Amino acid sequence: MNKVIKMSVLATALSIGVMSAHANNVIRLATEGAYPPWNAVNSAGQLEGFEVELADELCKRAEVECSLEQAAWSGIIPSLQQGKFDVIIAGMSITEKRKKKITFSRPYASSPAFFVIDKNSPLNTFSTELDRIALGDINVKEQAVLSAMKTAFKGKTVGVQKGTIHLNFLKEYLKDEISIRTYATQEELDLDLQSGRVDVALAAMSYWHKLLNTEEGKNLLTIGPGVTEGPFGDGVGLGFRKKDQALANQFSVAINSMVDDGTLSTMAQKWFGFDAAAK
Amino acid sequence: MDWDIIEESIPAILHALPVTLGLIGTSLLIGFVLAVLVALGQLQKAWLISRSAHFFVYIFRSSPLLIQIFLIYYGSGQLRDELSAVGLWHLFREPWFCAILALSLNTAAYTAEIIRGGIKSVPMDLLEAGEAIGMNKQQLFRRITFPLAIRQALPAYGNEVILMVKSSSLASTITIMDITGVYKEIASEYFSPLEPLLIAGSIYLLLNFIVTQLIAYFERRLAI
Repeated sequence: MNKVIKMSVLATALSIGVMSAHANNVIRLATEGAYPPWNAVNSAGQLEGFEVELADELCKRAEVECSLEQAAWSGIIPSLQQGKFDVIIAGMSITEKRKKKITFSRPYASSPAFFVIDKNSPLNTFSTELDRIALGDINVKEQAVLSAMKTAFKGKTVGVQKGTIHLNFLKEYLKDEISIRTYATQEELDLDLQSGRVDVALAAMSYWHKLLNTEEGKNLLTIGPGVTEGPFGDGVGLGFRKKDQALANQFSVAINSMVDDGTLSTMAQKWFGFDAAAK
Repeated sequence: MDWDIIEESIPAILHALPVTLGLIGTSLLIGFVLAVLVALGQLQKAWLISRSAHFFVYIFRSSPLLIQIFLIYYGSGQLRDELSAVGLWHLFREPWFCAILALSLNTAAYTAEIIRGGIKSVPMDLLEAGEAIGMNKQQLFRRITFPLAIRQALPAYGNEVILMVKSSSLASTITIMDITGVYKEIASEYFSPLEPLLIAGSIYLLLNFIVTQLIAYFERRLAI
């Protein structure tokens, strides 16, 4: 009990400190706007998605005034560091590599990576013993699944978005078997998957789940196991400049409160169709 | 500035130099041949030929190259079944083919105008003199019009080559790993665009320095 009180006093003190530092400032959040249902631009030209709604709620709970803008994914970390905005809210996974450059809030969502193919692809019979593998600590069974993947994907062209954990995974685990094609946006990758220029595409389940349930995605199929940990990191969090640790803590407290009262889970259900919320 | 990134960028970006040179060289070659045909087409008296040649130039000069590249690449992707039916899909499937096609057509449009200007600038009295000593139309073109037109067009064509060196970087938007493609990959890998950007930029500068020198050399050689 004492500890809880101490923590909340600390959190309050921190948020007061942060609030005074940003008293006259609007906190500028940036998202990509091309990764539905996380964040996207609707036909009216407005940002929408899970993270747009989340940003609203988090700012309310953290009692800060926020603005939300769009930024290209490929330069989003350098832009944050240069002060073009203050927070990244763009489906960014918390990885060791990124932690060297920026700091993160606690995770608010997590989603395994999945391979997707055209239904008529010769790979459509590929299946593995496990439907999930965690790369953090690989056991014998998981090792066998990885080897099966290597054999099945040999000589295939695999498409992936630039600057993502999914690209890092391909480079680390399948580099010698496949040829990798990288895309500036996930939407461009989808077009090439549909037209058959790439045999396989790799992205997060949260993205595929939505696409595969639409008219455009009805000819697509997920194959193999969902992959987590290792290069995929520890879930999705908000990104901050390292010197803004206090602001990051303030948002972590807000995420905690959304986890505790179940609003985060409800919001994730609404946008993803499954509970991708962090626990 | 991070020297480790610079050290890593240099070999990686240089490794992509053949891709960039291949894009530029192939498109310039195809584009030039096409441009001569289009320029001659524009100067034809036959209404249909001249109008179509002008229309081609208008389309490719008046729309952004980036849109042309996207249209050819992602546009053809939407027409997969139709292109398969006529046996062309295996070509359009390759990003390399789409990039070369877009760059060649684009430079052909600009170069056609440059060559047309060159042909127009050949003085009438030279042609009359040629005719007077009994040259036929082909001979007049081969011996008088074409060489003089090219000489006249050289400075403007040099400009076009320089533009092509830079335009080739747009091929990176359709997954081609040329100098710009590799720069973007390094930039997003290290979250630091400055170092690879400087390296990539210097290579383009160097390439265009060589182009400038070559054009100047030919200008001196062909000086009248």
